[in-house]
Amino acid sequence: MSDDQQRKGRGTVFVKEEVCKGCSYCIDFCPTHALEFAREFNAKGYHYPVLGRPDDCTGCDNCGLYCPDFAIYGARWKDIDEKKKAK
Amino acid sequence: MHADPKGVLTGVHFIDGDHAACEGALAAGCRFVAGYPITPSTEIVERFAHRIPKVGGVFIQMEDELAASIAIQGAVWGGQKVMNVTSGPGLSLMMEHLGYAFITETPCVWIDVQRCGPSTGMPTGPAQHDMMQVKWGSHGDFQIIALCPNSPQECFDFTIRAFNMAETWRVPVFLMMDEVVGHMTERVDIPEASEIEVVERKWTKKKPGEYKVYETTPEDPVPEMVKAGDGYRIHVTGLTHNEKGYPDMTVPNQERMLGRLIGKITQNAHKLVDVREDGVEGADVVVVSYGITSRVAMAAVEQARAKGAKVGSARLVIAWPFPAERMKEIARTAKVFVVPEMNMGQMVQEVERAVAGAAKVVSVPHAGGSVHEVDTILNAIMEAAR
Amino acid sequence: MSLLMDQSAEELECGMDNPVLPFLRKDRIPHIWCPGCGIGTTVNSFCRALGDSGMDLDKIAIVSGIGCTGRTAGYLNLDSFHTTHGRAIPFATGLKLANPDLKVVVYSGDGDLTAIGGNHFMHAARRNMDIMVVCINNFTYGMTGGQVAPTTPLGPTQTTMPFGNFESSFNLPFLADACGAVYVARWTVYHVRQLAKAMKEGLQKKGFVFIEAMAPCPTLYSRRNRLGDGVDQVKYFKERSTIKNGVDTKDVGLTYQGDIVVGKFVDRDRPTWMDSMNDHFGKVLGDKYETYGAHHG
Repeated sequence: MSDDQQRKGRGTVFVKEEVCKGCSYCIDFCPTHALEFAREFNAKGYHYPVLGRPDDCTGCDNCGLYCPDFAIYGARWKDIDEKKKAK
Repeated sequence: MHADPKGVLTGVHFIDGDHAACEGALAAGCRFVAGYPITPSTEIVERFAHRIPKVGGVFIQMEDELAASIAIQGAVWGGQKVMNVTSGPGLSLMMEHLGYAFITETPCVWIDVQRCGPSTGMPTGPAQHDMMQVKWGSHGDFQIIALCPNSPQECFDFTIRAFNMAETWRVPVFLMMDEVVGHMTERVDIPEASEIEVVERKWTKKKPGEYKVYETTPEDPVPEMVKAGDGYRIHVTGLTHNEKGYPDMTVPNQERMLGRLIGKITQNAHKLVDVREDGVEGADVVVVSYGITSRVAMAAVEQARAKGAKVGSARLVIAWPFPAERMKEIARTAKVFVVPEMNMGQMVQEVERAVAGAAKVVSVPHAGGSVHEVDTILNAIMEAAR
Repeated sequence: MSLLMDQSAEELECGMDNPVLPFLRKDRIPHIWCPGCGIGTTVNSFCRALGDSGMDLDKIAIVSGIGCTGRTAGYLNLDSFHTTHGRAIPFATGLKLANPDLKVVVYSGDGDLTAIGGNHFMHAARRNMDIMVVCINNFTYGMTGGQVAPTTPLGPTQTTMPFGNFESSFNLPFLADACGAVYVARWTVYHVRQLAKAMKEGLQKKGFVFIEAMAPCPTLYSRRNRLGDGVDQVKYFKERSTIKNGVDTKDVGLTYQGDIVVGKFVDRDRPTWMDSMNDHFGKVLGDKYETYGAHHG
């Protein structure tokens, strides 16, 4: 995500689309209901999550804690920026 | 390398085969036993429980044989040399873990002090009933090595040999004792530790990252080993696996893995077989025997010779792998094989298979509970020599 | 070779990676578990616990039995052992006693640990063997196609209870408590943070630790009994769970889709098997006895 891209919310999610099995844990247990199923599906035929309401994402990583497939995690922008700097 | 003096009770002893086997294990470096009592093997673990606190190691009595036979394997991957001690009914319970030890290449020694079966049978009665069970009893294809001592001294010596073979080949190695050998008291000489050769585990010199738990070369089919806790992050499974130890359940990999595992023994059988022969050359009759029966058989052979019969003795010190090639060679000159066993006829089938009609094969079965009468074997020899 | 779990271009740019990846065998993902299966979530919590514990991962070994949960060992980037059905605990016992440096974790399913492995479970708890046992309870035999388990509550249909289960089930925390476990907790796949915390506490606790994690089996339990999908079971866990730390374990039995008591029920101390052995031999044998495992850390 480039710096000039307009940032919404306090954080974002990273999704490994091809590992997702579409269980919807992350969507149903997102505290701010920021996630939704993608219209597209992956190679295995599963709809994976996308950040439908980026304004609402706090980067809390609740999705990451719930994901049974290690396919998604969340992070706060300030932590991402620190990582970027450290890189 | 030489034995650790801590475990070696150097000196002359008057002990039974069970006790001698325990001393053999201690001399070989066995420092972990998970046991479960069963007649007539219990004295081995009793002695181990008594000796090990002062040697430095662990004995634990488990809740059953299933637990005992897998706890020892956990201990191997924790870095210890181990043995598994039991008799018929316990051995039946342990069969799944025999296969696990084979497929995971967990070096371990299994002592079976054989008693009369089937089922509970005669717990205190000697037998050689499990010769086929150790070869075929676990499901799937596998290979083992089995040694057959006929005296307390050999219980000591062969236990050390069994440990060394287990480390060399990474297969389960059996000590096929029986109630008589186990409970017979004789002189046992335990040498100095410096006179006892002990094979160290085949530890890898590779670093984490370079090492694969089941990597082998065409020249050496036995993989190098590590233990848990050394940073290698190994994976070990009873599933069909690849060199990394990861499950790989494909037909080509099954063939590759099982081919190597079986080949470790079948392709090296000539290095492993051990037949102790006496007067086989030029003999018309050859008595094939093993374990305690070989001592009774030798008495019969000597009496038959006194009666003028041309008789030889071929004692199977190692029953598995079976010395089929040697039997074939003997069949070129011998006319009859006489095979006394304390069972209804088990190893005799191997003799028949190896000889393949080139000579007559006579079984001298015994249901067990005592050793053969010398006369029973003598009569069979004289009948064969006619 | 590129892997599905390799960093994406986006992650590379930000220097980000999934925080659980250091604890997983990346080359074995995706795992075999069904969509909506809860086992993966418990593994996720376990990864967090490994990280939070600050322990040396080279000194943690994981042992599994057979079954869906039994596959866990193969996914964790630890020394890992996938053993035989029901025998993870005795294997772990041997491993721990042979190398006391190790923290040994048994990670297996309810059928593996409490049916075929029930005897070992009882005795390891009785001995206070220093191992941590994580039991993923999905109330069924998943790998073999949904047969009745010792944990299946009265009522639901299973392939070997085609007219509904009429057998009473185990109350696992009560069983562990009665047998002598020093730490007993139950959480569900809904309680990811609490589960991770319990696992971290378990890793740091000496003695027989038992953690039950209730998980959905959507394929063979939920759908067969018209309970919806995995996520619907997790919602049930959320709605019907009450946290009661320290409650008497005899009162935490489970019923079919009924109320669930979760929490840390037992946290006590008593000597482990190895400590007892060393203490006893030290007393009885005196100087002749060299404390076992003393050269270890």
